[in-house]
Parts: sequence; structure tokens; C-alpha cells
Amino acid sequence: MELFKLTIHELRDELNKRELTSEELVKNFFNRIEETEEDIKSFLLLDKENAIEEAKKIDEKRDKGENLGDLAGIPVAIKDNISTKGLKTTCGSKILNNYIAPYDATVIKNLREAGAIIVGKTNLDEFAMGSSTENSAFHTTRNPWDLERVPGGSSGGSAAAVSSYQVPFSLGSSTGGSVRQPAAFCGVVGLKPTYGLLSRYGLVAFASSLDQIGPLTRDVEDCAIVMNTLASHDKLDSTSVEVEKVDYTRNLKKDIKGLKIGVPKEYMGEGINKEVREKIEESIEIFKNLGAEVEEMSLPHSEYGLETYYILAPSEASSNLARFDGVRYGNRVENYDSVEELFTKTRSEGFGEEVKRRIMIGTYCLSSGYYDAYYNKAQRVRTLIKEDFEKAFDKYDVIISPTTPSTAFKIGEKNDNPLEMYLSDVLTVSVNVAGVPAISIPCGISKGMPVGLQIIGKAFDESKILNVAYNFEQKLKFNETPKFGGVK
Amino acid sequence: MSVSKEQVKHVAKLSRLEFDEKSMEDFTKKFSSVINYVDKLKKVDTDGVKPTYHPHVSIKNVMREDEVKESLKRKEIMKNAPDSENGYIKIPKVLD
Amino acid sequence: MGYKTIIGLEIHSELLTDSKIFCSCSTEFGGDVNTHCCPVCLGLPGALPVLNKRVVEYGIRAGLAFNCEISNYTKMDRKNYYYPDLVKGYQISQYDYPLCKEGYIEVDSEEGKKKIRLIRIHIEEDTGKSIHSIDGGTLLDYNRAGVPLIEIVSYPDMNSPEEAKNFLEKLKSILQYIEVSDCKMEEGSLRCDVNINVMNEETEEKTTVTEIKNLNSFKAAVKAMEYEEKRHISLLEKGEDAIRETRRWDDTKNETVVMRVKEDASDYRYFPEPDIVDMDISNKWIDEVKSSLPELPEAKIERFMKEYDLPEYDASVLTSTRALANFYEKTVEYSNDPKQVSNWIMGDILRRLKDEDMEIEEMRFGEKELSDLLKLIEDGKISNNIGKKVLRTMFEDGGNPNTIVKEKGLIQINDEDEIKKIVMDIIEKNPQSIEDYNNGKDRALGFLVGQVMKATKGKANPKLVNKMILEELNK
Ligand SMILES: [Mg+2]
Ligand SMILES: [Zn+2]
Repeated sequence: MELFKLTIHELRDELNKRELTSEELVKNFFNRIEETEEDIKSFLLLDKENAIEEAKKIDEKRDKGENLGDLAGIPVAIKDNISTKGLKTTCGSKILNNYIAPYDATVIKNLREAGAIIVGKTNLDEFAMGSSTENSAFHTTRNPWDLERVPGGSSGGSAAAVSSYQVPFSLGSSTGGSVRQPAAFCGVVGLKPTYGLLSRYGLVAFASSLDQIGPLTRDVEDCAIVMNTLASHDKLDSTSVEVEKVDYTRNLKKDIKGLKIGVPKEYMGEGINKEVREKIEESIEIFKNLGAEVEEMSLPHSEYGLETYYILAPSEASSNLARFDGVRYGNRVENYDSVEELFTKTRSEGFGEEVKRRIMIGTYCLSSGYYDAYYNKAQRVRTLIKEDFEKAFDKYDVIISPTTPSTAFKIGEKNDNPLEMYLSDVLTVSVNVAGVPAISIPCGISKGMPVGLQIIGKAFDESKILNVAYNFEQKLKFNETPKFGGVK
Repeated sequence: MSVSKEQVKHVAKLSRLEFDEKSMEDFTKKFSSVINYVDKLKKVDTDGVKPTYHPHVSIKNVMREDEVKESLKRKEIMKNAPDSENGYIKIPKVLD
Repeated sequence: MGYKTIIGLEIHSELLTDSKIFCSCSTEFGGDVNTHCCPVCLGLPGALPVLNKRVVEYGIRAGLAFNCEISNYTKMDRKNYYYPDLVKGYQISQYDYPLCKEGYIEVDSEEGKKKIRLIRIHIEEDTGKSIHSIDGGTLLDYNRAGVPLIEIVSYPDMNSPEEAKNFLEKLKSILQYIEVSDCKMEEGSLRCDVNINVMNEETEEKTTVTEIKNLNSFKAAVKAMEYEEKRHISLLEKGEDAIRETRRWDDTKNETVVMRVKEDASDYRYFPEPDIVDMDISNKWIDEVKSSLPELPEAKIERFMKEYDLPEYDASVLTSTRALANFYEKTVEYSNDPKQVSNWIMGDILRRLKDEDMEIEEMRFGEKELSDLLKLIEDGKISNNIGKKVLRTMFEDGGNPNTIVKEKGLIQINDEDEIKKIVMDIIEKNPQSIEDYNNGKDRALGFLVGQVMKATKGKANPKLVNKMILEELNK
């Protein structure tokens, strides 16, 4: 049996039946990683020794009959912008290529407490700025379905690692679509939780009011299982919201008869690739068969989602990335004649082009004379976008759309045109701007590449989204696997 | 609105970034194209609309009690420091 | 031609919380370098701030003490700039919605009491500290990074360095009174920036405002303002103007020197801090803080005048710091003669403290000891002059006055026979003085009394001595 193909819930069963030890499991996954990594390049760092050590500890506990966490012995890969104590946390940037985090992010603490085993840190677009992982300072990750194509981004490494069976699940982060978009491109499940549901403590900030960590898994049930561990109120994050603890697996399997689904016409327009649209139309039929009512509706301000996003995110980023100045940690240039020069040279050499561009855009939007026209204006439009969603959820249980306008594009295809690259987030950014949750699940194959379906819910309604996604997943029976080292 | 090279230079200075003359041209072009793109927002009527700085505007007054807890060990801090001396982080001598 | 000086002040004061403003590191002064630091106050990637409630409370306290309006809605903002002591590339401060607005401090001025208005008081974080290393490099200690501050900004309502000094003293005393800051300028827990210019009263022509920073004492602040006042006037007289610049006081040169010429207004790119949610300061909370406020100096002065029947001057001197006022009140509790206590504190004690540049808390004796001393005098056990000697001993070596008096044998001689013997002896030895006295020279009496006191090492009851000598002379 190829263990690495199992989902978390299947692996848990095996472990609980004592058919398998955590150590064997972790070693099995490392074998898989060693087999595939040269082609996929999901990882920036692997921590095999510690992972095996941790697995042994879990086995001992299991032998002693001690209480084990929800994810005991299950391997996980972490996007390299999440702080992991004792491990490098580079954010895919040269400026942090020697930075070793001295503390754990809260989600990492939660994962460790649940017994999950961190196998390594995954590749990303530098500081999560990008949609293809081509902006990583270290290397480009490749799409397991087609090595010529990008895995999406910025959590491309995390999505590719799950898609190519290197790990059963991984953590990504989403500022504008960085979990859902790579999930769609790689044919896996990716959830962007409600802003404030997961702690951001330890997630290296890109745009603080938009960032949210999210899991990437192979199926919806796994997503629910992982969310049970990740979601927690955190006193270290002032924007973490105190909500009642929910078991996300509880309502998963309920049927969805009578469910009201809205399909925003703005998300099905010309910019959307024809075949992608067809897959969504097929999905709508599946929902109807499941007893849901599907209706076209409108989110009028979503037209401005991308513009709003490309003002807000860079503005916050320009400030969040100011701390990388070469003084206290990270890289420092060798030659400079003044402190100003130390700052400027360290930053100019340490950051890649896209990061510099966004810092510049953000600085520009916040600078005196432009603040009202850009930053403040965008925050007002944000209110309108948010209100669109609120109104919609008065009427609909969930909103569905494609996750991306097209399937994964070729490596290098959009490299030289930032605007074109930005457009691949056009269907996901408004969700971040409004702070609501959304999931992307595979809904079919177009020309050999997976297509993602996005299901958006109202704030803190993750249970509902997962329930809807689960029903869809079961009905669709998507069992295509990536060409690269696939199952069949 | 197109952004001039001079404006780009000013923003670069505020951002503590620099570009050589060669890449400046290309950078300004791409920078301008993004600014032009986001300029579309100006069309949206936001009269009387309040800004949303946080997604959950209803959450207020998140504060902690005034309690001292353990700090990081200094050697943990120094592990990442590019340069240090006697427990201080150091920026070496620079010419004036 | 008359010139009017225009001074506005900006004060940063560290708050006396246990932990920092956004993390749980200690705020203790003088800790080992870089040992009060954590991911948050070092600005490590991924760390997030959580606001210390007590900082807000202390901010409100200060606002109430300075007659401010407390904002029901307030928020934190980011002030973006680059500096090695600034860990995040921005300072978390407050911009358009400060915690407190529009207050005032009443100070003494040449024209009597004057209200100096405050624009705002806001809360923010302090930066780290840098020192120079031997090789010319810069060494950074981040223990101070994240220590809570209030920034108090006045209107340019002060018209002389003297007035500004009074303002600063009053401000300091109130901040200490309400126990939000210890205001130790030498430890940097109170820092003051000055904005100063002058106006030709006839033509209303004004010079450009000069900013003075890095003032490490009130004395330096006053000297710097006096220097700038003169400099600005002479510029106006020459028909010139000051330039927009920041200067600092150089103690060795005794002048202000240029720190930097200000370019166009710095672009701090303020925007709301997305990591901290907005604040609703309820009236209930404000009322709670109000009721926890200690008695402020103004009220205390009035009470001292009423309760202890003191003149206004005494009352205001004794209430100038909370520690002094407490010392006074406790001493009175033991001694029951408020005016006598006041005289002693305002006289010998304050003089001595001033000479030795000491605070009342640093004395080697307490309220009980002082009241014991006063009781010895009141009971006639020692004279006023001996009392002063005993006080000197208490200052130098500490100890209880009763013991000092006993050990040194300073008890007053009240035995009439004993005194009589000495009086007779002195009179016998000084026939000339008796003659002088009889010839109308009153000075002779003083001389004779002095001789008796000298012979008794000051221990004879001076009243008795006086009476007896007069009796003898008038026989
Ligand atoms: Mg300030
Ligand atoms: Zn700290």
C-alpha cells in the first residue's frame, strides 16, 4: 500500500488500529518527498531528523496509552512565512535567508499540541507576494499536474506538496487568494478562514487586515479535521475573534436540500476562461441534483475588488516590510557609508522586484497628498464590498464561483506583466477584502489541468462551507490525480 | 495618471529602496501601469461611506492586563544579529 | 521695540506600568542590555502587539489631571520612519484620534496665574536606545523599545523661558502626583522638546519656529530657550529670519547647535494600525479613573490652608511634590503644631535638601523622628538652636533625636540654682559690661547672655538666662 496517498482521516484509522507506527508513516512520506522533490521543488527546508524524533515520541505515547492529539503522528508542511521555532523562516526572501525564528506561531503551537509532525517549510512567492511562486528568491515550484506550469501562489509549495503526495496536509496563508488559487491550480482543497478565526501571531505580515492562515488538504473532511486544531482564540493576536469552539466535522455530512446558492454574474463574465465556466456550470447542475436552489445574483462592487486590494495590500505591506532593515536580524549588506545607505542597500539587494514594486505602490498610496485618493478611498470601497456580501448572505447560504479565471498557466508566461499576474486573483481578493471565508475544491479537469470551485460563506460560517463542499465532493467523486507520480 | 521618474525616485527614497538608471525605466513603466489600474477606483461613489480598517469593525477594546512575563534569552536574540558587541546589537562605524 | 517670545512644548513621559505597552516584557530601568526583549518589542517577523490596558488608564488619568476631554473613540496608528532604534520601521502611536484633547495647566507667570492650553495627550511606544562604541560604531539596546509613553503637546501659549519652566515643573509634579510617571529626566523618563520663535510686537513679524531637542534637564531647557530667544531677537533686529531646523543644547559650549536642517515636512505616512482594534472609552471607565485619581496639587493647597491654617505660600511649597506633602501631613499627625512643622520643613529641611540635591524620600530620618525633635523643643528640653544642631546630626548620621540629645548630653538646663551660679560667675568676671549696661548700652545684655550660653555649651534655657541676668543688673 502506498501510505502517502491516504488522507488524514484514513491515516488516523491506520495509526489507531496500530497497523502502522508514526515513525513508519513519517519515513514513508520522506521517501515520497525524496522521490519527487527534485521535480516538484515544494520545499525550502526539510527537517527529517526532528520529524522522525517527534514521530518516535508519538509512538511511545501511543504505546503507553497516553492521550494523543487530533493529528498525532500526521506529517504537515508549513509555508515558510509562518514562524517555526528553531527553523529558518525565510519568507522566500534573500533578506531573511539566514533568519532562524526563536518562537512558534500560534498555529504551529496548536499543531504541535495536536501531535502533527512538521516535515519542513514550503516554497512561496517572496513575502507571499505573487500568484505563481516564481517570485521566490530560491526557486520556482512546479505544478505536479504539469511540470511546465506554475503551482499557483503564493502558497504554491504548500499546494504542490499536498497535490504530489509529499504530505497529507499543509499550511498556507492567504492575503488575496494565496490558498485558494494554488489549491485550484494543483487540484486540492484550500480554505481561507474568516479573518480573525485563526491566530495570525507568527505569520509574517504581508497585509495585516487581509492576511489569514489556511489549510491545504486532499479532501474536505481533512480540511474540517485540521480546522478543529487551527481555529482558536489567541490573546497574542488582538484581531483574533473570540467565538465558540466548533467541531467542523460535526455537520459535514448533512444533506444540503433546500440550500440557497448565489452565483454572482460578475464572477462568470468575459474574463473567465470558457472551459472553466463550463466546469462551474456543471457544478451548478450537481448542486441542483443535491437539492440546492441556485440563482444568479450580483455583487456589484466586486468589479473593484482587485483595485481595492492592490491599494490596501501594498499600503500595509510597505509598512510591514519596513522592519527588514539589516539591523537586528536577516541579511545586511557589506558596504555602506551611512546608516541610510545600510538600510537602502540592504533592502534593495534583499528584496526581489515584485516585493519592491509593492512596497513602492504602498508607500505611494500612503504618502502625503495621495492618502485620501488611494488608501482612504480603498478603505471606503472596502466597506461597499463588504456590504455587498452581507446583503447577499441575507438571501443566500453560500455563494459559488470559479476560484480562478483559468487553470494553471505556464512558468514564465506572466512573469513580465504584473497586471496580468494580478488578474489571476480577481475572483478571490474580494473575499479577503471583506474578511469572509471561502474554500476552493476541485470540480473537474480542463485540458489535463484541475479547475477549482470557490464556495464563499458568511463570516464564521466555515461549518456551512465545509458541509456544502463535502456534499459536492462526494457527489462529484473527483478522483483524478496529478500526472506526476499519480495514483493510477 | 502617469507617474514620473522623479516621483518614483521620491517614493523610492521614502521606501529606502534604490534602482539603477537602467532598471528605473522599466520599473517606472510597470509602476505607472499599476497606479493607472488602481486609479479606476476614483469612479466609485463613496460619499458618506465609512472606511473599514478592520474586517470586524464591531470588535473593540482588545487589551491585556499589565503583567510581566518572561522575555527572550539574549543569546536567542544574538543568534540572528548580523553584528553585536557586549550584548548590544551593533552597526559598525560608518563614514560621515 | 518690544518682542514677544512664543514657546510651545512637546513632552514625552514614560508611564509607570510594570510591562511594556504591547508585550509582557518588563519596563524596569537599568536592566542588563537587551534582556527585556521579546519577539513583539524586537519587531521580529510575525509578532503582533496587544495593548496594555493600564497604559490607556494612565493616559486617561493624565488627561483628567490636565483638564482634557477624554475621547470616547480612539485608535492606534502607525507612524512610518526608518531609524536603527525603531524596530518595526514604524512607531505605534496615535494620529487623528488622540486619547485626550484640549486641556490646560495653570501656571504662575508675571501676570499671575495663567492657563497654558494643551492640544492633546496621546499614548505611544518608546524606541530603543543607542550609544557609541569605542570604534565609532553604534550599539543598540532595545530594553526601552516598547516602554509606554504619553506625549503631551501644548499650544504655543508660553511667552518666556520662565513660564515654560513653571509649566514643566507643574506638569512634572502633577504626573508624579497621579503616579503615572516618575519623571526622571536623568533616566529619560521625562523628555521635552521645545518649539520657539519670537514676534515683533509692533510689526507682528515672526521668526520661523526653531525646534530644540535632546534637553536632559529643566535647567538645560531654560538655558536653551533663553539662548534661542536672544538669537531670534537678534535675527529680527538684523532683518533676518531663522531657518526651519532642529537644534540641541550644548552644555559645554553653552549654546544651541544645529542637529539637522528640516527638509520638507517629513512624510510619516500615518495610517490606522491594522493589528490593534479600535477603542471605545466608555464614560463609565472615565468615571472610574476619575474616582481613583488622588488629590491634585490645587486642591491640596486649599485643603492645607484650611485644615492646617497655613499661609498660601507655605501650602504651595509643601504641596509641590506629593512626597513632600505626605511627609508634612504625617509629621503633623504626630506633632500637632502645623505651623511649627511647616517652618521646620520649609526652613532647615528644604534648604539642606536643596544644598545636597536630594529628594525628601532620600533623607535618613522620617516623620516620626522630626516630630520627636519638635516635641523636645516644644517641651523646652532643648532650645531651638540645639534643635538645629540635632537636625544636622539626623541628616548626617540618621538616628532618633531623643537618643542624640541624650548621648550628646544636650538636655536643656532649667535648674534655676544651677543657672544662677553661672550667671553670678559671669557677672563677676565682666564688670565692664555691667557698667556699659548701666550707661544705657543694651548690647551688653546680649553679650552677657551669650557668655552664659557659651559656658553651658548652649544648654541653658535662654529664657531663664535672660530673665536672671536682667534681675541681677537691675538690682
Ligand atoms: Mg511622539
Ligand atoms: Zn517584549
